[in-house]
Amino acid sequence: MSETPLIEFRGAGVRFDRQQVLMGIDLAIHANETLCVIGESGCGKTVLLKLIVGLLQPTEGEVLFEGTSLKTLTEQTLTRMRLRVGFLFQQAALFDSLNVFDNVAFGPRAKGGVSESEIANRVRDRLRDVGLPPTAESKMPAELSGGMRKRVGLARALALDPDVMLYDEPTTGLDPIMTDVINELILQTRQKRPVTSVVVTHEMRTVHKCADRVVMLYPRSRLDPGEQQILYDGPQAGLATAADSRVRQFVEGEARERLIEMKEE
Amino acid sequence: MLAASGFLQRSLVTPLADATAALGEWSLFAARTLSGVLRCSYRWRELLWVSVEVGVASVGVIAITGMFIGMVLAVQAYGQFHTIGMDTSLGAIIHMSLVRELGPVLAAVMLAGRVGSAMAAQMATMRVTEQLDALACLGVDPVKYLAAPRVLACLILLPLLTVLADLMGLVGSTLICLKVYNIDSYHYWRHTQDFVKDWDLLTGLAKGVVFGGVLSLIACHRGFNSRPGAEGVGRAATEAFVLSFVAILVLDFFLALFINTLHSLLWPPFNPHMA
Repeated sequence: MSETPLIEFRGAGVRFDRQQVLMGIDLAIHANETLCVIGESGCGKTVLLKLIVGLLQPTEGEVLFEGTSLKTLTEQTLTRMRLRVGFLFQQAALFDSLNVFDNVAFGPRAKGGVSESEIANRVRDRLRDVGLPPTAESKMPAELSGGMRKRVGLARALALDPDVMLYDEPTTGLDPIMTDVINELILQTRQKRPVTSVVVTHEMRTVHKCADRVVMLYPRSRLDPGEQQILYDGPQAGLATAADSRVRQFVEGEARERLIEMKEE
Repeated sequence: MLAASGFLQRSLVTPLADATAALGEWSLFAARTLSGVLRCSYRWRELLWVSVEVGVASVGVIAITGMFIGMVLAVQAYGQFHTIGMDTSLGAIIHMSLVRELGPVLAAVMLAGRVGSAMAAQMATMRVTEQLDALACLGVDPVKYLAAPRVLACLILLPLLTVLADLMGLVGSTLICLKVYNIDSYHYWRHTQDFVKDWDLLTGLAKGVVFGGVLSLIACHRGFNSRPGAEGVGRAATEAFVLSFVAILVLDFFLALFINTLHSLLWPPFNPHMA
């Protein structure tokens, strides 16, 4: 693992109107590592992912990619950076008016410089990688199951051979077997090519299977004054014995005091 | 005193500041979209598909609207014109009204309701389902890729739909005037020819271009900036129509002033005292 972080957050924060979602995030993500970001709903995990590709801009601090602040990038340079990042969205975000083939081919076609026959080969390879048959190519997104949509979304993200893969709750809404299929695909992606992965997830099975390192975010609104939003940053083996009880509580999936807090709220 | 200034702040200053900021933000969106139109930053297939939706699918409703407006104008105006013995001038007045005002305005309003709301809802749905984010992540500017072909389609097609509305209005009014009220056809058409000039038709078409651009930019902007969820999608569609409708009426007023002033400058009215 190289010393210089590939992606770095320096005091990054995001505010939407009056709500401060993220604040004072200091985080370094190194090349070729798989980082899982866990935390309760609404703690800012998806916002963190979107900061990496510049879909959101930090209202405080900065986000750096290969040492360069995203704020300083021109539109062209930001586009070139984004082409190196594959993003699997929570609901796959497939383009409704395009079939599976055209969805996966979209990125290479938009980038240009590749013939249609090469694009067709690449699309078929990516669909095979995610376990989809050639018969799926002509299907429209509305005809696909949740698991198939996620796999097409993954194939689309991989079609540009990215250096970084971002997964936004890749297994949410899937049955246990399909969840493990997606986990396996995340592992296989990492094994087939050198790629840095950031996986936002609630699923501890995904964490246990895929993570080199785990970061746990906590909702800003429930922090004590002066507390940092990152409660844990370390190997997944250390989660169960983390010093902070809130981390252990999340890992164990115990409602306990949280239920009492919610009732009091 | 403090209460009064607070009231003034809340009821006037803040809404005005918010409206100005919103107009500025819309202007930046419009500039980005128009830059996409000029650079052809869209797929031709997308432009063709949108053009069919905007143009072909609107033909029926525009034709019916134009025809019935012409017929209603004839029915409503005949009584007054007949009283002062100017039946044969009815055609000139109706046709001039259609070509200058009612054709472009009604075509624009029908398009805002039919197409503008749909555009806003489609863009809003894409925003809610993160498809706009997915486009950006695949290196495509969603504003130039999606909004540009829609704006271009409306810029081209609304003037054409205006011609259709004018034509059908002419058909409808002529039907009523000649067949129902038995107005003399020779003088009916002669007066139309004398009063309705190329300038009237061209300015009507120019209004069509302006209205088409504005309503499509408003619709796309509302969609791109919708609030989350189904409520956000619905609100975007409603706002697109309401804002487009108001913008069309306001623009129509200022365009009418501008066009009349321009006409006076290009063809000054004859002043016998200056001769």
